[in-house]
Amino acid sequence: MEANEHEHVIEVTDLRRVYGGGFEAVRGIDFSVRRGEIFALLGTNGAGKTSTVELLEGLAAPAGGRVRVLGHDPYTERAAVRPRTGVMLQEGGFPSELTVAETARMWAGCVSGARPVPDVLGLVGLEAKAGVRVKQLSGGQRRRLDLALALLGDPEVLFLDEPTTGLDAEGRRDTWELVSALRDGGTTVVLTTHYLEEAENLADRLAIMHDGRIAVTGTPAEVTATEPSRITFELPHGYFVGDLPPLGELGVSDHLVDGRTVRLRTRELQRAATGLLVWAQTAGVELRRLDVRSASLEEAFLGIAKDVTAGTGTTKEYAA
Amino acid sequence: MSTTTTTPVSRMTSLARAELTLLGRSKGTLFAALFVPLVLPLSVRSAAEEMDLAEAGLTPGTVVLPAAVGFSLLFAVYSALVGVFVVRREELVLKRLRTGELRDGEILGGSALPAALVGLAQCLLLAAGCTALLDLPAPSAPHLAVLGLLLGIAMCAALAAVTASFTRTGESAQVTPMPLMIVSMLGSGMFVPLELLPDRLASFCELLPLTPVVTLVRGGWTGDLSAYETLGTVATAVAWTLLAVFAVQRWFRWEPRR
Repeated sequence: MEANEHEHVIEVTDLRRVYGGGFEAVRGIDFSVRRGEIFALLGTNGAGKTSTVELLEGLAAPAGGRVRVLGHDPYTERAAVRPRTGVMLQEGGFPSELTVAETARMWAGCVSGARPVPDVLGLVGLEAKAGVRVKQLSGGQRRRLDLALALLGDPEVLFLDEPTTGLDAEGRRDTWELVSALRDGGTTVVLTTHYLEEAENLADRLAIMHDGRIAVTGTPAEVTATEPSRITFELPHGYFVGDLPPLGELGVSDHLVDGRTVRLRTRELQRAATGLLVWAQTAGVELRRLDVRSASLEEAFLGIAKDVTAGTGTTKEYAA
Repeated sequence: MSTTTTTPVSRMTSLARAELTLLGRSKGTLFAALFVPLVLPLSVRSAAEEMDLAEAGLTPGTVVLPAAVGFSLLFAVYSALVGVFVVRREELVLKRLRTGELRDGEILGGSALPAALVGLAQCLLLAAGCTALLDLPAPSAPHLAVLGLLLGIAMCAALAAVTASFTRTGESAQVTPMPLMIVSMLGSGMFVPLELLPDRLASFCELLPLTPVVTLVRGGWTGDLSAYETLGTVATAVAWTLLAVFAVQRWFRWEPRR
């Protein structure tokens, strides 16, 4: 197994996807996923996440480029890949009149080496719902049923397309724990998500997609490090920006004044914050609405979305 | 490692079992599939009694039974399966099934199996019923009837998938099967045996998809189908089936249009 430790389970080279109408959803992306890691694809709606994952799942043939999953082409060598992968689509896909247990039994009959149905339902906390028709499940419960089906065959590679959309905070937390445990057991996971918190919590590495391309890729720390930290406060009455200590000396890279609100950006957060607070202390003034924060994935994400769309305001939903 | 590997048969069986459960829970489909094909032959029977059948060497039994088989295939297999394929696609079930080990043909075949079995059982029941009620003698060439029935089921399932390719919603699936059903009822010798039609019209009607089925079943009972006629009839049915399979491979949609 050690020899396989860093084996690339998924390799994507110059991948493209074009839809019938000529819309180019994926415009030449490259990445690879190592065995036993969680790889997250982040992006705005329409960034191309699902289009990309469907190519990895082998649901469609790429318009260009190459995908290899476990060394095979997932589209043309379906029989070699499918028994080793588990897929959770963005939307269910269950007959509404079957019960949870009937749905799982049906799927278990189509999966090599299927685990017992009750075990898998227990794993996602649906054992009490076994006899309930799918149409009576809540959105979150359907998500969990979908996850259960993806896990039925004990897959080596798991594709999760927005696994926690529609789940409440607790359900989300449970899913994160489950996915982390699977990774610790050696499963390779590719997931797409809207939730930056999810990527930050779960992903070993991530890629932020925008407009069919990958804007940044790396560990959450690496991606975050591309963004400066921020300090925001309100100027005390009677003071002007010029009254502050020389900003360059504090390690502030740039600043923005909006009415009385001052925003500073810095890569040396501790130095900048200390300098500012010492100045306030000495001057005997209070910095109202003081907010000091290191860069987060959210800022990196917003930064990227803004750079590319030049502030068209398409990034709102990620601010939560 | 004692992992069980799935086979095409095990996968299709699993899918078919789920589909059978669903069939049992869908009252509308069940009614159309079970009740209609058993009642419609009665109307053919009353019509048959007014026809001059003896001249064409036919009896009420050899008119009603092939027609009944035709109704069964049209309602219980063809029309029911158009609905199944379309609804499963709209529910994204087909897309989900395609993420697993099932091959495309297995997905359609497994989903079609319960309806095919219902059609088969119904035809056997109808044959027994006609024998008992219409003094139908035992078939003189049963192999032809069996061949016609099996070809008919396969063809109707494939044609259902073709129709589903051009049907967008569950509601339109109530309408899109109508053209083939009406054409078959009128032109495939179900209401009116081809023997009673003008020659030119009859030879055109022989090329309709369901005609070979009706002809083979009737020939199975009367035994007056020559080897040459049998070959031509079987070839027509096979050609329609292959054409349908080709059309499915080319046009079948696995996901709803967005």
